[in-house]
Amino acid sequence: MATGAQEKQYPPSLLNFFVYNPKFGPKEGEEEKKILFYHPNEVEKNEKIRNVGLCEAIIQFTRTFCPTKPAKSLHTQKNRQFFCEPEENFWMVMVVRNPMIEKNNKDGKPVVEYQEEEILDSVYSSVLQQCYNMYKLFNGTFARTMEAGGVDLLKQRLEKFFYRYLQTLHLQSCDLLDIFSGISFFPLDKMTYLKIQSFVNRMEESLNLVKYTAFLYNDQLIWSGLEQDDMRILYKYLTTSLFPRHSEPELAGRDSPMRLEMAGNLLHYGRFLTGPSNLKDPEAKFRFPKIFVNTENTDEELHLIVYKAMSAAVCFMINTSVELTREFCEQLDSLVGPQLTLLASDICEQYSINRRISGPEKEPQFKFIYFNHMNLAEKSTIHMRKTASVSLTSIHPELMKILGDINSDFSRVDDDEEIIVKAMTDYWIVGKKSDQRELYVILNQKNANLIEVNEEVKKLCATQFNNIFFLD
Amino acid sequence: MSEEHYLELCGNPVQFENASSVNNVFFDEANKQVFAVRSGGATGVVVKGPDDKSTVAFRMDDKGEVKCIKFSFGNKILAVQRTSKSVEFINFIPDLLHLEYSQECKTKNASILGFCWTNWNEIVFITDQGIEFYQVLPDKRSLKLQKSQSINVNWYMYCPVTSVILLSTTVLGNVLQPFFFRSGTMSKISKFEIELPGVSKPAKLSLSERDIAMATIYGQLYVMYLKHHSRTVNNPGAEVVLYHLPREGTCKKMHVLKLNTTGKFALNVVDNLVVVHHQSSQTSMIFDIKLRDTDSTLSVHQPVVPARSIHPYKIPLTGPAAVTTATPVPCELYSSTWSVFQPDIIISASEGYLWYLQVKLQPVVNLMKDKGKLMDFLLQRRDCKMVIVSVCFQMLNGPDKSNLSVIATVFDKLNQVYKEYLEAEQSYTMAVETGQSRGNPAQKRPVRTQAVIDQSDMYTHVLSVFTEKKDVSHKFITAVLMEYIRSLNQFQITVQHYLYELVLKTLVHHNLFYMLHQFLQYHVLSDSKPLACLLLSLESTYPPAHQLSLDMLKRLSTANDEIVEVLLSKQQVLGARRFIRGVGGHDNISARKFLDAAKQTREEMLFYTIFRFFEQRNQRLRGSPHFTPGEHCEEHVAYFKQVFGEQALMKPTAS
Repeated sequence: MATGAQEKQYPPSLLNFFVYNPKFGPKEGEEEKKILFYHPNEVEKNEKIRNVGLCEAIIQFTRTFCPTKPAKSLHTQKNRQFFCEPEENFWMVMVVRNPMIEKNNKDGKPVVEYQEEEILDSVYSSVLQQCYNMYKLFNGTFARTMEAGGVDLLKQRLEKFFYRYLQTLHLQSCDLLDIFSGISFFPLDKMTYLKIQSFVNRMEESLNLVKYTAFLYNDQLIWSGLEQDDMRILYKYLTTSLFPRHSEPELAGRDSPMRLEMAGNLLHYGRFLTGPSNLKDPEAKFRFPKIFVNTENTDEELHLIVYKAMSAAVCFMINTSVELTREFCEQLDSLVGPQLTLLASDICEQYSINRRISGPEKEPQFKFIYFNHMNLAEKSTIHMRKTASVSLTSIHPELMKILGDINSDFSRVDDDEEIIVKAMTDYWIVGKKSDQRELYVILNQKNANLIEVNEEVKKLCATQFNNIFFLD
Repeated sequence: MSEEHYLELCGNPVQFENASSVNNVFFDEANKQVFAVRSGGATGVVVKGPDDKSTVAFRMDDKGEVKCIKFSFGNKILAVQRTSKSVEFINFIPDLLHLEYSQECKTKNASILGFCWTNWNEIVFITDQGIEFYQVLPDKRSLKLQKSQSINVNWYMYCPVTSVILLSTTVLGNVLQPFFFRSGTMSKISKFEIELPGVSKPAKLSLSERDIAMATIYGQLYVMYLKHHSRTVNNPGAEVVLYHLPREGTCKKMHVLKLNTTGKFALNVVDNLVVVHHQSSQTSMIFDIKLRDTDSTLSVHQPVVPARSIHPYKIPLTGPAAVTTATPVPCELYSSTWSVFQPDIIISASEGYLWYLQVKLQPVVNLMKDKGKLMDFLLQRRDCKMVIVSVCFQMLNGPDKSNLSVIATVFDKLNQVYKEYLEAEQSYTMAVETGQSRGNPAQKRPVRTQAVIDQSDMYTHVLSVFTEKKDVSHKFITAVLMEYIRSLNQFQITVQHYLYELVLKTLVHHNLFYMLHQFLQYHVLSDSKPLACLLLSLESTYPPAHQLSLDMLKRLSTANDEIVEVLLSKQQVLGARRFIRGVGGHDNISARKFLDAAKQTREEMLFYTIFRFFEQRNQRLRGSPHFTPGEHCEEHVAYFKQVFGEQALMKPTAS
């Protein structure tokens, strides 16, 4: 139809984002005190109070039905609201405008059609939870900030963090992977892995301040000394924010590679991704981002040093009670730089050998997403390389949505399940859940029937997942 | 101060009557026998061997002063030299005449410098004009000349272990001509020249036999030359030059041992170490030619550890009561009356003692700070195992704890030796297997030396004890264990499961489950049933262990029964059935187990499904849906009837 060409699509977008605590302004007339952060800030005060009040009311109301599980989201024609209580009495709310299509009606006037059913609760609830996790990684818990500097400090931190962070939320490209918020692990042979272990242990011993170390290659995790949940959010930060920011100069050609260290030290490619960009600079500042981990129990505050040589990156985490000096950074650079350079080329070599052995036929012909809840391992042949701005997928958003739906079904029951969906055109989508693992496969075969699809998936499992217990 | 005397005299010396005006003492290096000859033999000859049992005593007529006296191998024939012209023989073989017989040297006007037995009935005379090789015919009481060679000889030296005689020839005496003897043959080895520090004019004999010694070091024969330098400002001191003397090919200068001092020296070889005694400082130093500093063809060595004196020695109380005094007497070490013989013998003729020199390893450990070098040193020693093990243990403990890179180096050195042994053992086994089928003679089984420290040694003596220590951080413990596993992997040695279990237990003990999880994810801890079972047992404290364990069982591919057990215990009856059907084992599974599990779920439909599945199996396998008594399913059949009624049972299909 001719009108189709004039259709204009609007993806989901962020309308509001706010944080409040109902205990901070219980009296009438003091409602404003409840609000700790509100985006966009330009909104008129009364509207802020009204919106916060509405959320409070909804949560209060739904609590009467189930006191332990108040409402998670509110669906309306134009938008969807997501609620989350990450710490007691602290509420975070995200309002997402539904995607819409602008059509011209018979008279040629534009008419907006909201697509209320196109976005998934599970995806955006996860996004909201991630907002909190990321905030907590760099600022610690709300409670801790309250102890340290009261409401004013908390407001200040929220403002500072979310002002920047919200701009990096790309709600239109959120999908199943945001629900998983998994970690991609770098495939590696045992010997090289042991070498990395050995390297990490030696570095921790030599730089005896280091509390935890994480090791990544090609933006994929190899080793984490941090606990799983902390690593999950740190990994997210590294791969979606820090690494992409530094990848540009690398792609453009390494900046001054093989720099000659003074006093005839070894040549190396090592450099700091956090902290000083140039050690030689007399003005260089030796300040590193601070992160908060183990907030559940010991609540540790750490300096985050990210050091990279070629494709290998190491994160050294050091207690903030220690002041990091120029000397320390120079020691780290001269110690870690050469060894990491060597290790990186070792890994690269080993990786290409392994790839050659396994051969190109093992390269997945299938489009699939795999996730293991136990170790958060995720693998996707659907998503392209993540960049700072968007995560590109190679499939139609419609199919991505079906994957999300299957996931929602899976999350409702504990048993192993298998769901096969025939989507539009020639697509088949298979979702499998076995114990803690989930696998989603997208097949595009002309005139395939259910049996053939089943056979294909079996084949995939036999080649890709033969070393794990995955019920057929 | 910790013990630093790394050399000692053995505790059980050979005692003999000390040398005096009436008692002459001789030592035979070949049989390691001391001869005490009283009054030319008339009042008795006492022969003491390396052990007490080999003492021989006899009398012989005094026919003049004895210059040299030696038994042939096995004490069969005694040879006595009294003049420079002839050697007398006495048979010591039962039933043969005991009378002396004599042999003059064949060369006219030559004088006999000495003789050496090369076999029980073969003897070599060395004269100033050559050598003569005889066969002794004891029954005929005569000798038969086998071979002789004319050559001007200054002096000679015999190495009984290799049957090599070295002759000093030419005016300067520095051209050495070796001969090699073996069962009736005498062969000449190419001669070689010792480089003298400076040529004296006019030319005179400049190489003394005192400065030459022969010994086998690491299975190779070396001629050791004590090179005295004239004292000059830029000259650091004397050195020992080692010439390698192969059976074939030419003799090559191979090693130089720097003594860094001057004076009187004596050489011993103990446990493949060259020991250099320095008389004026009363100290000794040790050199190990396998410890290389440089990779050139000629290696220059410094002493392994600083020079120290031999451990103070007291003449023991035990022994023949007649000889010992009541209180132990301190023995004068480095006495001028000492004679040193190869390889490891020190004799004090004036006191009547023969000692074997011994190397003690613990003091070397105390003196050597570089652990890598220390390991290289220890791995070459004979009785090294317990010392190595204790060094490893100390390296991981206490104030002298080494850092990880040193630990890694040490592990690599140990595993290098371990791997070489494993490979030798493997190729031996293969040779035996293929050799037996082809009838080839069996190859020699590789000897397992003490330097082979395997995983069980490390586990028992070092790692398991060390991981129990309370004062060591778990981080360090895990790092050490991983380092050991890394080293084993690097040498492609299969890691034993008990090491993995140690890692696992350490991690679990410190609640480091995520670390464990990552190790398993990268298959650092190799799959095994014991490990899988250990993981299963962790499930209550760390739920993901269940998945890890199942994965491991799956990869083992021999543990399908275990997988079924695990799933049934989780009441995943359908899952278990699907799994076993997937691997094609559903015809052999126990119906009772499945029905038990299904009944426990209290899901009637599940029970129905499982029951029906087995009825169908029975039908397919035996032509009847009924269970056999051997399957013990009566209780379940009854339950099925009770719930679903008798008519629900499957009817046998007439086929």
